[in-house]
Amino acid sequence: MTDTMERRSLTRDQLLGAYRMMRTIREFEERVHREFATGEIPGFVHLYAGEEASAVGVCSNLDERDTIASTHRGHGHCIAKGVDVGEMMAEIYGRTTGSCHGKGGSMHIADLSKGMLGANGIVGGGPPLICGTALAAKIKSTGGVGVAFFGDGGSNQGTTLESMNLACVWNLPAIFVAENNGYAEATASTWSVAADSIADRAAAFGMPGVLVDGFDFFAVHEAAGEAIARARDGGGPSLIEMKFTRYFGHFEGDQQTYRADEVARARAELDCLKRFAARVTETGELAQSDLDAVDAEVGALIDQAVDSAQAAPLPTEADLLTDVYVRY
Amino acid sequence: MARTITYREALGEALAQEMERDDSVIVMGEDTAGGAGSPGEDDAWGGVLGVTKGLFHRFPGRVLDTPISESAFIGAAIGAATAGMRPVAELMFVDFMGVCFDQIYNQAAKFRYMFGGKAVTPVVIRTMYGAGLRAAAQHSQCLYPLFTHIPGLKVVVPATPYDAKGLLTQAIRDNDPVIFFEHKALYDLAGPVPEESYALPFGEANVVREGGDVTIVTLGRMVHIALEAAEQLAPSGVQCEIVDLRTTSPLDEDTVLESVEGTGRVVVVDEAHPRCSMATDISALVARKAFGALRAPVEMVTAPHTPVPFSGALEDRYIPDAQAVVNAVKTVTGWTR
Amino acid sequence: MTDERIVAVAMPKWGLSMQLGKITGWMVAEGDDVGAGDEIADIETDKIAGTLESPQAGTVRRLVAQVGEDVPVSGTIALIAPADVSDDALDAAVAQARAVIDAGVPDEAAGQPVVETAEVGGRKIRYAGSGQQGDVVLLVHGFGGDRNSWLFLQEPLAARYRVYALDLPGHGTSAKDVGDGSTGVLAGAVLGVLDAIGAPRAHLVGHSLGGAVAVAATARDPARIASLTLIAPSGFGPEINAGYLRGFADAQTRRELKPHLGQLFADESLVTRQVTDDLLAYKRLDGVDEALHTLLGTLLDPAVSVRCVSPSPAGSRSVPSRVCSASSTPSSRL
Repeated sequence: MTDTMERRSLTRDQLLGAYRMMRTIREFEERVHREFATGEIPGFVHLYAGEEASAVGVCSNLDERDTIASTHRGHGHCIAKGVDVGEMMAEIYGRTTGSCHGKGGSMHIADLSKGMLGANGIVGGGPPLICGTALAAKIKSTGGVGVAFFGDGGSNQGTTLESMNLACVWNLPAIFVAENNGYAEATASTWSVAADSIADRAAAFGMPGVLVDGFDFFAVHEAAGEAIARARDGGGPSLIEMKFTRYFGHFEGDQQTYRADEVARARAELDCLKRFAARVTETGELAQSDLDAVDAEVGALIDQAVDSAQAAPLPTEADLLTDVYVRY
Repeated sequence: MARTITYREALGEALAQEMERDDSVIVMGEDTAGGAGSPGEDDAWGGVLGVTKGLFHRFPGRVLDTPISESAFIGAAIGAATAGMRPVAELMFVDFMGVCFDQIYNQAAKFRYMFGGKAVTPVVIRTMYGAGLRAAAQHSQCLYPLFTHIPGLKVVVPATPYDAKGLLTQAIRDNDPVIFFEHKALYDLAGPVPEESYALPFGEANVVREGGDVTIVTLGRMVHIALEAAEQLAPSGVQCEIVDLRTTSPLDEDTVLESVEGTGRVVVVDEAHPRCSMATDISALVARKAFGALRAPVEMVTAPHTPVPFSGALEDRYIPDAQAVVNAVKTVTGWTR
Repeated sequence: MTDERIVAVAMPKWGLSMQLGKITGWMVAEGDDVGAGDEIADIETDKIAGTLESPQAGTVRRLVAQVGEDVPVSGTIALIAPADVSDDALDAAVAQARAVIDAGVPDEAAGQPVVETAEVGGRKIRYAGSGQQGDVVLLVHGFGGDRNSWLFLQEPLAARYRVYALDLPGHGTSAKDVGDGSTGVLAGAVLGVLDAIGAPRAHLVGHSLGGAVAVAATARDPARIASLTLIAPSGFGPEINAGYLRGFADAQTRRELKPHLGQLFADESLVTRQVTDDLLAYKRLDGVDEALHTLLGTLLDPAVSVRCVSPSPAGSRSVPSRVCSASSTPSSRL
C-alpha cells in the first residue's frame, strides 16, 4: 500500500469533475443493478461499482490523443473516457440509439472517436490492442498513450503477459492497469496469482510497477499521472496494480456465496466517494453543497438515460445484416 | 505483357510499392527483417522465406521485428489498424493461428459489427500455408476454411505471381481485415507481372482455362495441379474449364455457377481437409443453385482427413495430384444414373 | 544442298512484341495447290488470332509445324515447292526448320526491338522501333490501345521504313497521368518521341484517338510532319461510337469488357482470351481508370471535334493526308 503521499494540487474544476465522474459511474451501476433485477435488460452485465477511483483516477490524466481498452466490466472505463451516458444505457438495453446501435451490448460498448477501444468479452483481449494503439501513437509522434485495463484474472492470461513484454521490447507508451478486486469470477486472486502481487511482475518485464489503494482517488491519480507522463516522455511502459473490491457479483445474478462480508465493510469504511468527499470538505477545497449539487445532477442524468433507453426503438431485421464489412 | 518475376518477388513488390505510396503501411512479424538485437546483419532474413527482404532499410522505422508473441503482435497490428495505421502483420505459418486466433476472429473480425459500424480495421495478416516441403503436421496445413467461416474477415488465396501482387495490393488498400494465404511451394513460381501498381478486386474468380466438358473449381497451388490434369485430358477430347476462386471470402458464386451451367459437371480440387472445407462449401453451392444443370454428382479431390505426414512417401500421397484430378474428371464425365 | 525452288512459309511477325505464334489450324494439306494470297493457316499469338495468307502460288509440299505448336517468329511452318523437287531436299529443309522450332524462342536480345523511354513534359513515354532504313514513320494508337496495337502493319512497314510506335500517356507502359486529357497533351508526347528519336521529319499514322492526336501534332509543328495517315480517326464528325468508348472505359470485369472488344475488330473471333485478359490487366493498373475517363471527356466533347477540323493557321504549309474510314475496323484488311 502506498503511504500517504504529497498529492499534486488539483483545481476546483478538476476536483468537481473527478467527483462528478465517479458519482456518475456509481449511480449508473447502481441503477443498472436495480433495472436488471426487473428482467428487462438482456444478456450479461458486470458492474463496476466500488472501483470508480481507478477508472477516474487514471482517465482524468488522459486526453483525446489517448486510447484505453477495457474488460467485460467496462461501464466505468467508458464513462471515465467520455462515452455518452445516454448512448451507453441505450446500448445496454439493446436499442438502436445505443453506442453500438444495439449490436454490441454491455460487454462491447465502444467509442473509437473517444479513444475507447471497447469493453471486451474476452479476458486479456485488450492489452494486445493497446500495444497497437500505443505503437500508432509512437510512429505518428502524437504524444498519445494507451492504457490497458484488466483484472486479476486477466493478469494471468497469456495475452496480457505477452503484451507487457512486447511493450517493453518496443518501448511503447503503454500503461498496464491491473484492477485487482480480489476475485476472478468466483476465484480469489490470492490463489490464482502465484506471486505476492501483480505489481511485482513488472520487474520481470523490465518496467516499473506500483501497488495502489484503489479506493483512494488521489493515490490513483498521482500514480497514474506519473506513469502516463513517463510514457508520453518516451520512458516506456509501466504497470499499476489497484487493490480494492467490487460491490456486486462477477455478473448480475451471481449469488456470491464465495465471498465473506467484505462489501459491507468496504461500503462503510473504504468507499472511494465517501473518502473523496471527506478529504475535499476537510481541506475546504469543495463544499458539501457543491457535492450535493453534483449528486442531484447525476441522479437526473441517469434517470433521463434510463427513460430514454426504455422508450428507444429496437433494431430492425435489416440491421441484422449491416456493418459486417466496410465493403464486401 | 510484362517482365517475369517470382511469386515471392511479386509479393515483395506489392509491399514496397504500397509502403512507398502510403506512409501508414507498416510491416511486423517474426524476422520480417531478422536480426533485431543480433550482432550481424540487421536485415538478415527479410522474412523466413525472403518476402520482406530489403524493406527494413528502405522504410526505416516501418518494418518491426517481434518477439515470438503472436497474440501480442497480431493484436497490436489489429489495434494499430483501429488507430489509423495499415499494418501488414505476418503470421509466419498459419498453423500458429491457435495462439492468436482470438485477436483475429473475436476482435478484428467483430469490431465493425459489435461497435455498430463505427470501427474500421484495415489490417492484413499474411500467412504461409500448404504442404509439399516435408515440414510435417504443424507447419503444412491449409486452414483457410476456418477463417472463411468467420463473418467480418476476408480471405485471399492467390495462385500466380500476377494475382499475388494485385491481391496483396488490394488487401493493403482494403478497409476490412484480410487474411492473405501464401502457399509456401509457390514462392519460386515465375510469371508475368506488370511493373506498375495494380489492384485486383476481391470476389472475382478467374477462369484460367476454358472448356465445355467439366468445371474444375480450385484455388491456390491446386490451380496448377488442375492445369496439369487438364493438359493430360485434352488429347482425349475432354476439355476442362478451370475456375480459380482467388478469394474464398468474398466468394464469386456467379462465375462458378455460370461455368457449371455450361458444363453440368463439377470437380472441386482443394488441398485442405475434406470436412467443413471449401470443397464442401462449393459442393453445397452447386447443389443448391445449379441443381438443374448438374449431370453428375459433384466430385471432391482433397487431402485426406489426417494430419500432414512427414515422410515424403506419405506426403506425396497426401497432396492431391494431377492423376487424382484426372480420375475425378473421368468419374463425372463417365457417370450415368 | 538446298533446292532454291523451295519457298519457306514463315511465321509472320504480327506486332512489335510477338515472339511466338501457335498454329491453331491448317486450311491446306500436303499436296494442295495454293494461289498467292490464299488462306493457309490460322495462327494465334498472345495478342491476336489471325489467318496467314500464302506468300506465293505453288504446291504445298510439306507442313512443318503441327496444330497446337508454338513457332518462333520467322520460323518456317510450311514448304511450297514444285512437284519435281526431291523428297530428300524437302526432308532436309524440314529437318532444318524443325531444329529452329524445337529450339524454341531465341534469347531476349536477338531480334527484339529495344524499348526506349523518353521524358516528355515530366512524363515517361515508352516507344520502340524496327526497320533499318528509310523515312521515319510513327504509329499512334487509339483509345485503350498501346504500341503493340499495330499488329499487321508493323512488319510490312519495317521492310521499307524506320517504324516506331509509342505508348500514349495513360496507355501501355507510359506514365498514366494525362493531365487535362486534351489532344494537346498527347500531341506533346508524340512530338517528344520524335525529338528523342532525333527525327527532324516523320510520317504520322494515327488510329481513332491517335488520329486526332496526329492531327493536333501536325497543327503544332507542321514542318515536322511529312504526311498524315488517319485510320478511322476520331474528331472528324459526330459519328463517334460513344457506347463502345464509354463501355470500354467503364468495364470493371472480363464479363463487362468482352462485348465491347468485339467492336474493335471486323472479325470478332480475333478477340482471344489473352487479348481480353491483357486489356483487363492494363485497365487495372493504377491511374488508367482516371486517364481513360479523362480522355473520354476529350473524345466525346463536340467542341474538340470541331476544333480538329478547322483550317490550319494561315501561312502554314499543308501536309499531305489520307483518311481511311471505318467501314470495317482495323484487322487483316490493312
